[in-house]
Amino acid sequence: MIAEHVAFGIIAAVMIAAAFRVVTTRDIVHAALYLVIVLAGVAALFLLVGAEFAGITQVLIYIGAVIVLFLFGIMLTRSDFDDDEETDHKHKFPATLTAALLLAVMIVALVDRFGNDKLPNNLTPQTTAQVSDELFSQFIVPFEAVSVLLLAALIGAIVIARREEGG
Amino acid sequence: MTPAFLQSLTGAVLALEVPYWVSSAIKLGLVALVIPTAALMLGYVFLLKMMSFMQSRLGPMEAGPYGSLQLLADGVKFLQKEDIFPEKADRTVFALAPLVVLISTFLIYVVIPAGPDAVVAQLDVGIFYALAVSSLSVVGILMAGWASANKYALMGGLRAAGQLIAYELPLVLAVMGVVIQAGTLDLQKIVTAQAHGEIFGWGGIGNPFILTQFVGFFIFLVAVQAELTQPPFDMPVAESEIVGGYQVEYTGFRFLFFFMGEFGTAFAFAALAAVMFLGGWALPWGDLTHWGFNIAGPVILLIKTLAVATLIFWFRFTYPRLREDQLQRLAWKFLIPLSLVNIVVTGIFKVAL
Repeated sequence: MIAEHVAFGIIAAVMIAAAFRVVTTRDIVHAALYLVIVLAGVAALFLLVGAEFAGITQVLIYIGAVIVLFLFGIMLTRSDFDDDEETDHKHKFPATLTAALLLAVMIVALVDRFGNDKLPNNLTPQTTAQVSDELFSQFIVPFEAVSVLLLAALIGAIVIARREEGG
Repeated sequence: MTPAFLQSLTGAVLALEVPYWVSSAIKLGLVALVIPTAALMLGYVFLLKMMSFMQSRLGPMEAGPYGSLQLLADGVKFLQKEDIFPEKADRTVFALAPLVVLISTFLIYVVIPAGPDAVVAQLDVGIFYALAVSSLSVVGILMAGWASANKYALMGGLRAAGQLIAYELPLVLAVMGVVIQAGTLDLQKIVTAQAHGEIFGWGGIGNPFILTQFVGFFIFLVAVQAELTQPPFDMPVAESEIVGGYQVEYTGFRFLFFFMGEFGTAFAFAALAAVMFLGGWALPWGDLTHWGFNIAGPVILLIKTLAVATLIFWFRFTYPRLREDQLQRLAWKFLIPLSLVNIVVTGIFKVAL
Protein backbone atom coordinates (compact mmCIF):
# COMPACT_ATOMS: atom_id res chain seq x y z
CA MET A 1 0.00 0.00 0.00
CA ILE A 2 3.05 2.25 0.27
CA ALA A 3 2.83 3.54 -3.30
CA GLU A 4 -0.79 4.50 -2.71
CA HIS A 5 0.19 6.37 0.44
CA VAL A 6 2.83 8.39 -1.41
CA ALA A 7 0.39 9.12 -4.25
CA PHE A 8 -2.27 10.17 -1.76
CA GLY A 9 0.19 12.50 -0.02
CA ILE A 10 1.21 14.20 -3.26
CA ILE A 11 -2.36 14.58 -4.52
CA ALA A 12 -3.57 15.89 -1.17
CA ALA A 13 -0.73 18.42 -0.96
CA VAL A 14 -1.44 19.70 -4.47
CA MET A 15 -5.15 19.92 -3.70
CA ILE A 16 -4.61 21.89 -0.50
CA ALA A 17 -2.20 24.30 -2.20
CA ALA A 18 -4.62 24.82 -5.09
CA ALA A 19 -7.60 25.21 -2.75
CA PHE A 20 -5.66 27.85 -0.84
CA ARG A 21 -4.97 29.72 -4.07
CA VAL A 22 -8.66 29.56 -5.02
CA VAL A 23 -9.53 31.82 -2.10
CA THR A 24 -6.40 34.00 -2.06
CA THR A 25 -5.98 34.86 -5.74
CA ARG A 26 -7.15 38.29 -6.87
CA ASP A 27 -8.26 37.15 -10.28
CA ILE A 28 -11.60 35.38 -10.41
CA VAL A 29 -10.74 33.45 -13.58
CA HIS A 30 -7.58 32.20 -11.93
CA ALA A 31 -9.68 31.12 -8.95
CA ALA A 32 -11.87 29.05 -11.27
CA LEU A 33 -8.81 27.49 -12.91
CA TYR A 34 -7.29 26.59 -9.53
CA LEU A 35 -10.62 24.98 -8.71
CA VAL A 36 -10.07 22.75 -11.76
CA ILE A 37 -6.90 21.44 -10.08
CA VAL A 38 -8.76 20.77 -6.83
CA LEU A 39 -11.55 18.90 -8.64
CA ALA A 40 -9.05 16.92 -10.71
CA GLY A 41 -7.41 15.96 -7.41
CA VAL A 42 -10.75 14.68 -6.10
CA ALA A 43 -11.10 12.58 -9.27
CA ALA A 44 -7.58 11.23 -8.76
CA LEU A 45 -8.42 10.28 -5.15
CA PHE A 46 -11.50 8.40 -6.36
CA LEU A 47 -9.34 6.50 -8.85
CA LEU A 48 -6.82 5.78 -6.10
CA VAL A 49 -9.41 3.92 -3.98
CA GLY A 50 -10.71 2.00 -7.00
CA ALA A 51 -13.89 4.01 -7.58
CA GLU A 52 -13.35 4.37 -11.33
CA PHE A 53 -16.90 5.32 -12.19
CA ALA A 54 -17.09 8.04 -9.53
CA GLY A 55 -13.71 9.42 -10.61
CA ILE A 56 -14.63 9.68 -14.27
CA THR A 57 -18.03 11.15 -13.40
CA GLN A 58 -16.21 13.77 -11.34
CA VAL A 59 -14.19 14.77 -14.42
CA LEU A 60 -17.18 14.79 -16.77
CA ILE A 61 -19.58 16.69 -14.49
CA TYR A 62 -17.38 19.04 -12.50
CA ILE A 63 -14.52 19.90 -14.83
CA GLY A 64 -16.32 19.34 -18.14
CA ALA A 65 -19.56 21.05 -17.20
CA VAL A 66 -19.64 22.96 -13.88
CA ILE A 67 -16.30 24.76 -14.29
CA VAL A 68 -17.08 25.50 -17.92
CA LEU A 69 -20.34 27.11 -16.83
CA PHE A 70 -18.44 29.11 -14.17
CA LEU A 71 -15.94 30.37 -16.75
CA PHE A 72 -18.72 31.01 -19.24
CA GLY A 73 -20.63 33.10 -16.70
CA ILE A 74 -17.54 35.03 -15.55
CA MET A 75 -16.49 35.84 -19.10
CA LEU A 76 -19.99 36.88 -20.17
CA THR A 77 -20.45 39.27 -17.26
CA ARG A 78 -16.91 40.68 -16.90
CA SER A 79 -15.53 41.43 -20.29
CA ASP A 80 -13.29 44.32 -19.27
CA PHE A 81 -9.71 43.05 -19.21
CA ASP A 82 -8.20 45.95 -17.31
CA ASP A 83 -10.70 45.78 -14.49
CA ASP A 84 -8.91 44.35 -11.45
CA GLU A 85 -11.95 44.43 -9.25
CA GLU A 86 -11.52 43.33 -5.66
CA THR A 87 -12.71 39.78 -5.17
CA ASP A 88 -12.96 40.61 -1.47
CA HIS A 89 -16.32 41.70 -0.16
CA LYS A 90 -18.09 42.80 2.99
CA HIS A 91 -19.71 39.45 3.76
CA LYS A 92 -16.32 38.07 4.70
CA PHE A 93 -17.24 37.32 8.30
CA PRO A 94 -20.51 35.41 7.72
CA ALA A 95 -18.82 33.52 4.89
CA THR A 96 -15.98 32.41 7.18
CA LEU A 97 -18.49 31.38 9.85
CA THR A 98 -20.55 29.34 7.36
CA ALA A 99 -17.44 27.65 6.02
CA ALA A 100 -16.22 26.81 9.54
CA LEU A 101 -19.62 25.37 10.52
CA LEU A 102 -19.78 23.31 7.32
CA LEU A 103 -16.29 21.99 7.97
CA ALA A 104 -17.23 21.05 11.56
CA VAL A 105 -20.39 19.23 10.42
CA MET A 106 -18.48 17.30 7.76
CA ILE A 107 -15.68 16.32 10.15
CA VAL A 108 -18.16 15.10 12.77
CA ALA A 109 -20.19 13.18 10.18
CA LEU A 110 -17.15 11.54 8.57
CA VAL A 111 -15.42 10.62 11.84
CA ASP A 112 -18.68 9.35 13.30
CA ARG A 113 -19.32 7.07 10.32
CA PHE A 114 -15.85 6.08 9.07
CA GLY A 115 -13.66 6.90 12.09
CA ASN A 116 -12.19 3.43 12.63
CA ASP A 117 -12.74 1.94 9.18
CA LYS A 118 -9.73 0.79 7.21
CA LEU A 119 -9.45 0.26 3.48
CA PRO A 120 -9.06 -3.42 2.63
CA ASN A 121 -5.53 -4.41 1.68
CA ASN A 122 -6.44 -5.97 -1.66
CA LEU A 123 -8.34 -3.05 -3.09
CA THR A 124 -10.00 -4.00 -6.39
CA PRO A 125 -11.65 -1.47 -8.67
CA GLN A 126 -15.40 -1.44 -8.38
CA THR A 127 -17.01 -2.16 -11.72
CA THR A 128 -19.71 0.00 -13.26
CA ALA A 129 -22.11 -2.96 -13.13
CA GLN A 130 -21.72 -3.13 -9.34
CA VAL A 131 -22.37 0.61 -9.02
CA SER A 132 -25.51 0.45 -11.13
CA ASP A 133 -26.79 -2.68 -9.33
CA GLU A 134 -26.51 -0.94 -5.98
CA LEU A 135 -27.89 2.34 -7.31
CA PHE A 136 -31.02 0.72 -8.71
CA SER A 137 -31.71 -1.66 -5.82
CA GLN A 138 -30.46 -0.54 -2.42
CA PHE A 139 -30.35 3.20 -3.18
CA ILE A 140 -33.33 3.45 -5.50
CA VAL A 141 -35.33 5.78 -3.21
CA PRO A 142 -32.59 8.42 -2.74
CA PHE A 143 -31.82 8.12 -6.46
CA GLU A 144 -35.42 8.85 -7.43
CA ALA A 145 -35.65 11.65 -4.86
CA VAL A 146 -32.57 13.34 -6.35
CA SER A 147 -34.03 12.93 -9.85
CA VAL A 148 -37.25 14.67 -8.85
CA LEU A 149 -35.29 17.41 -7.05
CA LEU A 150 -33.16 18.07 -10.13
CA LEU A 151 -36.24 18.12 -12.36
CA ALA A 152 -37.87 20.67 -10.04
CA ALA A 153 -34.70 22.82 -10.13
CA LEU A 154 -34.64 22.60 -13.92
CA ILE A 155 -38.26 23.70 -14.28
CA GLY A 156 -37.68 26.44 -11.67
CA ALA A 157 -34.72 27.79 -13.64
CA ILE A 158 -36.77 27.92 -16.83
CA VAL A 159 -39.66 29.68 -15.06
CA ILE A 160 -37.34 32.33 -13.59
CA ALA A 161 -35.60 32.88 -16.93
CA ARG A 162 -38.88 33.25 -18.82
CA ARG A 163 -40.28 35.73 -16.30
CA GLU A 164 -37.31 38.06 -16.72
CA GLU A 165 -37.62 37.81 -20.45
CA GLY A 166 -41.29 38.90 -20.34
CA GLY A 167 -40.36 41.98 -18.28
CA MET B 1 8.99 -12.02 -42.40
CA THR B 2 7.37 -15.39 -41.93
CA PRO B 3 4.24 -15.82 -39.80
CA ALA B 4 6.18 -18.05 -37.41
CA PHE B 5 8.74 -15.31 -36.86
CA LEU B 6 5.97 -12.72 -36.37
CA GLN B 7 4.24 -15.00 -33.90
CA SER B 8 7.35 -15.51 -31.83
CA LEU B 9 7.99 -11.76 -31.97
CA THR B 10 4.48 -10.92 -30.73
CA GLY B 11 4.78 -13.61 -28.08
CA ALA B 12 8.12 -12.23 -26.95
CA VAL B 13 6.76 -8.68 -26.74
CA LEU B 14 3.73 -9.83 -24.73
CA ALA B 15 5.84 -12.01 -22.42
CA LEU B 16 8.29 -9.17 -21.78
CA GLU B 17 8.32 -8.31 -18.13
CA VAL B 18 9.42 -4.76 -17.57
CA PRO B 19 9.03 -2.57 -14.50
CA TYR B 20 5.78 -0.65 -14.24
CA TRP B 21 7.39 2.71 -14.94
CA VAL B 22 9.15 1.42 -18.08
CA SER B 23 5.95 0.03 -19.56
CA SER B 24 4.17 3.27 -18.66
CA ALA B 25 6.90 5.30 -20.37
CA ILE B 26 6.71 3.11 -23.51
CA LYS B 27 2.93 3.48 -23.63
CA LEU B 28 3.15 7.26 -23.17
CA GLY B 29 5.74 7.46 -25.96
CA LEU B 30 3.54 5.38 -28.26
CA VAL B 31 0.50 7.61 -27.74
CA ALA B 32 2.67 10.71 -28.12
CA LEU B 33 3.85 9.38 -31.49
CA VAL B 34 0.40 8.37 -32.73
CA ILE B 35 -1.21 11.81 -32.32
CA PRO B 36 1.05 13.87 -34.63
CA THR B 37 1.06 11.00 -37.15
CA ALA B 38 -2.72 10.81 -37.13
CA ALA B 39 -3.05 14.58 -37.34
CA LEU B 40 -0.60 14.80 -40.26
CA MET B 41 -2.28 11.94 -42.10
CA LEU B 42 -5.78 13.37 -41.78
CA GLY B 43 -4.54 16.87 -42.55
CA TYR B 44 -2.81 15.75 -45.74
CA VAL B 45 -5.32 13.21 -47.07
CA PHE B 46 -8.46 15.17 -46.34
CA LEU B 47 -7.75 18.84 -45.73
CA LEU B 48 -5.17 19.27 -48.48
CA LYS B 49 -6.02 16.63 -51.08
CA MET B 50 -9.67 15.57 -50.82
CA MET B 51 -10.89 19.15 -50.43
CA SER B 52 -8.78 20.25 -53.40
CA PHE B 53 -10.11 17.49 -55.65
CA MET B 54 -13.68 18.26 -54.61
CA GLN B 55 -13.05 21.86 -55.63
CA SER B 56 -11.40 20.87 -58.95
CA ARG B 57 -7.89 21.94 -58.04
CA LEU B 58 -4.67 20.13 -57.29
CA GLY B 59 -3.74 21.31 -53.82
CA PRO B 60 -0.08 21.31 -52.77
CA MET B 61 2.12 19.57 -55.35
CA GLU B 62 5.66 20.80 -54.72
CA ALA B 63 6.87 19.39 -51.39
CA GLY B 64 7.46 15.69 -51.96
CA PRO B 65 5.50 13.43 -54.30
CA TYR B 66 1.99 14.88 -54.75
CA GLY B 67 2.81 17.39 -52.03
CA SER B 68 2.82 14.68 -49.36
CA LEU B 69 5.46 16.47 -47.31
CA GLN B 70 3.60 19.79 -47.35
CA LEU B 71 2.47 19.52 -43.73
CA LEU B 72 6.00 18.67 -42.56
CA ALA B 73 7.21 21.77 -44.38
CA ASP B 74 4.41 23.75 -42.70
CA GLY B 75 5.42 22.29 -39.34
CA VAL B 76 9.00 23.47 -39.79
CA LYS B 77 7.66 26.87 -40.81
CA PHE B 78 5.55 27.07 -37.63
CA LEU B 79 8.53 26.16 -35.46
CA GLN B 80 10.60 28.96 -36.98
CA LYS B 81 8.04 31.64 -36.21
CA GLU B 82 8.42 34.08 -33.36
CA ASP B 83 6.66 33.11 -30.13
CA ILE B 84 4.45 36.16 -29.56
CA PHE B 85 2.45 37.02 -26.44
CA PRO B 86 -0.11 39.84 -26.75
CA GLU B 87 0.79 42.80 -24.54
CA LYS B 88 -2.15 42.49 -22.14
CA ALA B 89 -2.33 38.71 -22.25
CA ASP B 90 -2.32 36.59 -19.11
CA ARG B 91 0.94 34.87 -19.99
CA THR B 92 0.64 31.70 -17.89
CA VAL B 93 -2.93 30.92 -18.90
CA PHE B 94 -2.16 31.88 -22.50
CA ALA B 95 0.73 29.42 -22.61
CA LEU B 96 -1.13 26.62 -20.82
CA ALA B 97 -4.31 26.73 -22.96
CA PRO B 98 -3.02 24.85 -26.06
CA LEU B 99 -1.46 22.24 -23.75
CA VAL B 100 -4.79 21.59 -22.03
CA VAL B 101 -6.40 21.02 -25.44
CA LEU B 102 -3.60 18.69 -26.51
CA ILE B 103 -3.64 16.71 -23.24
CA SER B 104 -7.38 16.21 -23.60
CA THR B 105 -6.73 14.70 -27.05
CA PHE B 106 -3.85 12.64 -25.69
CA LEU B 107 -5.99 11.09 -22.96
CA ILE B 108 -8.66 9.84 -25.42
CA TYR B 109 -6.14 7.65 -27.25
CA VAL B 110 -5.31 5.75 -24.07
CA VAL B 111 -8.48 3.61 -24.16
CA ILE B 112 -8.91 2.98 -27.91
CA PRO B 113 -8.30 -0.74 -28.48
CA ALA B 114 -6.42 -1.80 -31.64
CA GLY B 115 -6.11 -5.53 -30.92
CA PRO B 116 -6.79 -8.14 -28.21
CA ASP B 117 -3.68 -6.97 -26.33
CA ALA B 118 -2.89 -3.82 -28.31
CA VAL B 119 -4.47 -1.28 -25.98
CA VAL B 120 -2.74 1.14 -23.63
CA ALA B 121 -5.27 0.79 -20.81
CA GLN B 122 -8.35 -1.39 -20.80
CA LEU B 123 -10.77 0.40 -18.52
CA ASP B 124 -14.07 -0.92 -17.26
CA VAL B 125 -15.54 2.56 -17.85
CA GLY B 126 -13.92 2.80 -21.34
CA ILE B 127 -16.22 4.89 -23.51
CA PHE B 128 -17.43 6.95 -20.53
CA TYR B 129 -13.81 7.85 -19.78
CA ALA B 130 -13.14 8.80 -23.43
CA LEU B 131 -16.12 11.17 -23.53
CA ALA B 132 -15.23 12.66 -20.13
CA VAL B 133 -11.64 13.53 -21.06
CA SER B 134 -12.70 14.83 -24.47
CA SER B 135 -14.81 17.43 -22.65
CA LEU B 136 -11.66 18.83 -20.99
CA SER B 137 -10.70 20.64 -24.19
CA VAL B 138 -13.51 23.17 -23.56
CA VAL B 139 -11.57 24.44 -20.53
CA GLY B 140 -8.49 24.92 -22.72
CA ILE B 141 -10.49 26.77 -25.38
CA LEU B 142 -12.07 29.09 -22.79
CA MET B 143 -8.61 29.72 -21.30
CA ALA B 144 -7.26 30.61 -24.74
CA GLY B 145 -10.16 32.92 -25.51
CA TRP B 146 -9.92 34.74 -22.21
CA ALA B 147 -6.14 34.97 -21.82
CA SER B 148 -5.66 36.49 -25.29
CA ALA B 149 -7.16 39.78 -24.00
CA ASN B 150 -8.79 40.31 -27.37
CA LYS B 151 -12.51 40.70 -27.93
CA TYR B 152 -12.64 38.46 -30.98
CA ALA B 153 -10.79 35.74 -29.13
CA LEU B 154 -13.18 36.07 -26.19
CA MET B 155 -16.21 35.91 -28.50
CA GLY B 156 -14.75 32.83 -30.14
CA GLY B 157 -14.15 31.21 -26.76
CA LEU B 158 -17.72 31.93 -25.64
CA ARG B 159 -19.18 30.65 -28.90
CA ALA B 160 -17.07 27.52 -28.58
CA ALA B 161 -18.17 26.90 -24.98
CA GLY B 162 -21.85 27.36 -25.81
CA GLN B 163 -21.54 25.02 -28.77
CA LEU B 164 -19.50 22.33 -27.04
CA ILE B 165 -21.82 22.19 -24.02
CA ALA B 166 -24.85 21.88 -26.33
CA TYR B 167 -23.36 19.08 -28.44
CA GLU B 168 -21.81 17.09 -25.61
CA LEU B 169 -25.29 15.90 -24.61
CA PRO B 170 -26.22 14.29 -27.97
CA LEU B 171 -22.66 12.90 -28.13
CA VAL B 172 -23.06 11.07 -24.81
CA LEU B 173 -26.69 10.10 -25.41
CA ALA B 174 -25.92 8.68 -28.88
CA VAL B 175 -23.41 6.31 -27.29
CA MET B 176 -26.01 5.06 -24.78
CA GLY B 177 -27.74 2.94 -27.43
CA VAL B 178 -24.51 1.07 -28.14
CA VAL B 179 -23.83 0.63 -24.44
CA ILE B 180 -27.32 -0.79 -23.85
CA GLN B 181 -26.92 -3.23 -26.74
CA ALA B 182 -23.43 -4.36 -25.75
CA GLY B 183 -24.26 -4.36 -22.03
CA THR B 184 -20.90 -2.81 -21.14
CA LEU B 185 -18.94 0.44 -21.21
CA ASP B 186 -15.68 -1.40 -21.89
CA LEU B 187 -14.56 -0.68 -25.47
CA GLN B 188 -12.81 -4.04 -25.75
CA LYS B 189 -16.01 -5.86 -24.80
CA ILE B 190 -18.03 -3.68 -27.20
CA VAL B 191 -15.73 -4.95 -29.97
CA THR B 192 -16.18 -8.62 -29.02
CA ALA B 193 -19.94 -8.14 -28.58
CA GLN B 194 -20.13 -6.98 -32.19
CA ALA B 195 -17.89 -9.74 -33.57
CA HIS B 196 -19.87 -12.46 -31.76
CA GLY B 197 -23.25 -10.85 -32.34
CA GLU B 198 -25.97 -12.35 -34.47
CA ILE B 199 -28.62 -10.75 -36.64
CA PHE B 200 -31.82 -12.72 -36.06
CA GLY B 201 -29.77 -15.84 -35.38
CA TRP B 202 -27.44 -15.37 -38.36
CA GLY B 203 -23.85 -14.68 -37.36
CA GLY B 204 -22.32 -14.41 -40.83
CA ILE B 205 -21.00 -10.89 -40.42
CA GLY B 206 -21.37 -10.55 -36.66
CA ASN B 207 -23.52 -7.61 -35.62
CA PRO B 208 -21.78 -4.30 -36.25
CA PHE B 209 -23.89 -1.85 -34.27
CA ILE B 210 -24.24 0.52 -37.22
CA LEU B 211 -26.97 -1.84 -38.47
CA THR B 212 -29.14 -1.43 -35.38
CA GLN B 213 -27.80 1.88 -34.07
CA PHE B 214 -27.79 3.83 -37.34
CA VAL B 215 -29.68 6.65 -35.59
CA GLY B 216 -27.00 6.72 -32.88
CA PHE B 217 -24.26 6.68 -35.53
CA PHE B 218 -25.81 9.65 -37.32
CA ILE B 219 -26.23 11.65 -34.09
CA PHE B 220 -22.69 10.75 -33.00
CA LEU B 221 -21.18 11.98 -36.27
CA VAL B 222 -23.11 15.27 -36.22
CA ALA B 223 -22.13 15.87 -32.59
CA VAL B 224 -18.48 15.03 -33.34
CA GLN B 225 -18.55 17.53 -36.17
CA ALA B 226 -19.74 20.20 -33.75
CA GLU B 227 -17.25 19.15 -31.03
CA LEU B 228 -14.42 19.62 -33.53
CA THR B 229 -15.71 23.13 -34.40
CA GLN B 230 -15.46 22.17 -38.07
CA PRO B 231 -17.71 23.53 -40.78
CA PRO B 232 -20.70 23.59 -40.83
CA PHE B 233 -20.32 24.15 -37.06
CA ASP B 234 -17.31 26.48 -37.23
CA MET B 235 -18.84 29.63 -35.71
CA PRO B 236 -16.25 29.65 -32.87
CA VAL B 237 -13.37 29.94 -35.35
CA ALA B 238 -15.20 31.70 -38.18
CA GLU B 239 -12.42 33.71 -39.84
CA SER B 240 -14.83 35.90 -41.81
CA GLU B 241 -16.70 36.97 -38.66
CA ILE B 242 -14.29 36.89 -35.72
CA VAL B 243 -10.92 36.45 -37.50
CA GLY B 244 -10.27 32.96 -36.17
CA GLY B 245 -11.85 33.17 -32.72
CA TYR B 246 -9.87 31.89 -29.76
CA GLN B 247 -6.89 31.04 -32.03
CA VAL B 248 -6.42 34.59 -33.30
CA GLU B 249 -3.47 35.55 -31.08
CA TYR B 250 -1.61 32.25 -31.35
CA THR B 251 1.43 31.86 -33.58
CA GLY B 252 4.19 29.35 -34.17
CA PHE B 253 4.24 26.11 -32.23
CA ARG B 254 1.35 27.15 -29.97
CA PHE B 255 -0.89 27.40 -33.04
CA LEU B 256 0.52 24.05 -34.15
CA PHE B 257 -0.71 22.55 -30.86
CA PHE B 258 -4.27 23.68 -31.62
CA PHE B 259 -3.96 22.25 -35.12
CA MET B 260 -2.71 18.91 -33.82
CA GLY B 261 -5.40 18.93 -31.14
CA GLU B 262 -8.13 19.45 -33.75
CA PHE B 263 -6.98 16.77 -36.18
CA GLY B 264 -5.83 14.42 -33.43
CA THR B 265 -9.29 14.64 -31.85
CA ALA B 266 -10.91 14.12 -35.26
CA PHE B 267 -8.92 10.90 -35.64
CA ALA B 268 -9.72 9.80 -32.07
CA PHE B 269 -13.47 10.33 -32.52
CA ALA B 270 -13.38 8.57 -35.91
CA ALA B 271 -11.60 5.65 -34.22
CA LEU B 272 -14.17 5.62 -31.40
CA ALA B 273 -16.99 5.56 -33.96
CA ALA B 274 -15.23 2.72 -35.80
CA VAL B 275 -14.89 0.78 -32.53
CA MET B 276 -18.48 1.31 -31.43
CA PHE B 277 -20.37 1.09 -34.71
CA LEU B 278 -18.19 -0.74 -37.25
CA GLY B 279 -16.76 -3.53 -35.09
CA GLY B 280 -13.37 -1.99 -34.25
CA TRP B 281 -10.22 -4.06 -34.79
CA ALA B 282 -12.06 -7.36 -35.05
CA LEU B 283 -13.36 -9.30 -38.01
CA PRO B 284 -16.48 -11.38 -37.39
CA TRP B 285 -14.63 -14.55 -38.40
CA GLY B 286 -11.91 -16.41 -36.59
CA ASP B 287 -10.66 -16.57 -33.05
CA LEU B 288 -10.55 -13.11 -31.48
CA THR B 289 -7.83 -14.06 -29.02
CA HIS B 290 -5.53 -15.18 -31.87
CA TRP B 291 -2.12 -13.45 -31.69
CA GLY B 292 -2.43 -12.35 -35.34
CA PHE B 293 -5.09 -9.80 -34.41
CA ASN B 294 -2.44 -7.83 -32.52
CA ILE B 295 -0.82 -7.16 -35.91
CA ALA B 296 -3.83 -7.18 -38.22
CA GLY B 297 -6.06 -5.32 -35.72
CA PRO B 298 -4.42 -1.89 -36.02
CA VAL B 299 -4.60 -2.11 -39.83
CA ILE B 300 -8.29 -3.13 -39.78
CA LEU B 301 -9.06 -0.36 -37.28
CA LEU B 302 -7.15 2.18 -39.39
CA ILE B 303 -9.16 1.30 -42.52
CA LYS B 304 -12.45 1.60 -40.64
CA THR B 305 -11.31 4.84 -38.97
CA LEU B 306 -10.39 6.38 -42.33
CA ALA B 307 -13.82 5.37 -43.68
CA VAL B 308 -15.50 7.28 -40.82
CA ALA B 309 -13.07 10.19 -41.22
CA THR B 310 -14.00 10.42 -44.91
CA LEU B 311 -17.65 10.91 -43.89
CA ILE B 312 -16.70 13.54 -41.29
CA PHE B 313 -14.56 15.55 -43.71
CA TRP B 314 -17.02 15.15 -46.57
CA PHE B 315 -19.58 16.95 -44.37
CA ARG B 316 -16.96 19.57 -43.59
CA PHE B 317 -16.32 20.47 -47.22
CA THR B 318 -19.94 20.34 -48.31
CA TYR B 319 -22.16 22.39 -46.04
CA PRO B 320 -22.21 26.15 -45.35
CA ARG B 321 -21.86 27.51 -41.83
CA LEU B 322 -24.87 27.35 -39.51
CA ARG B 323 -26.14 30.46 -37.73
CA GLU B 324 -25.99 30.44 -33.91
CA ASP B 325 -29.76 30.00 -33.45
CA GLN B 326 -29.89 27.23 -36.09
CA LEU B 327 -26.97 25.53 -34.39
CA GLN B 328 -28.54 25.58 -30.92
CA ARG B 329 -31.95 24.58 -32.28
CA LEU B 330 -30.43 21.57 -34.06
CA ALA B 331 -28.84 20.36 -30.83
CA TRP B 332 -31.58 21.01 -28.29
CA LYS B 333 -34.72 20.53 -30.34
CA PHE B 334 -33.70 17.81 -32.77
CA LEU B 335 -30.63 15.77 -31.79
CA ILE B 336 -31.28 15.46 -28.05
CA PRO B 337 -34.96 14.40 -28.34
CA LEU B 338 -34.03 12.02 -31.17
CA SER B 339 -31.27 10.42 -29.11
CA LEU B 340 -33.63 10.05 -26.11
CA VAL B 341 -36.14 8.28 -28.36
CA ASN B 342 -33.29 6.10 -29.62
CA ILE B 343 -32.40 5.11 -26.06
CA VAL B 344 -36.01 4.23 -25.20
CA VAL B 345 -36.47 2.17 -28.38
CA THR B 346 -33.16 0.37 -27.86
CA GLY B 347 -34.13 -0.37 -24.26
CA ILE B 348 -37.49 -1.82 -25.33
CA PHE B 349 -35.84 -4.05 -27.94
CA LYS B 350 -33.16 -5.13 -25.45
CA VAL B 351 -35.79 -6.29 -22.95
CA ALA B 352 -38.23 -7.69 -25.52
CA LEU B 353 -35.77 -9.72 -27.59
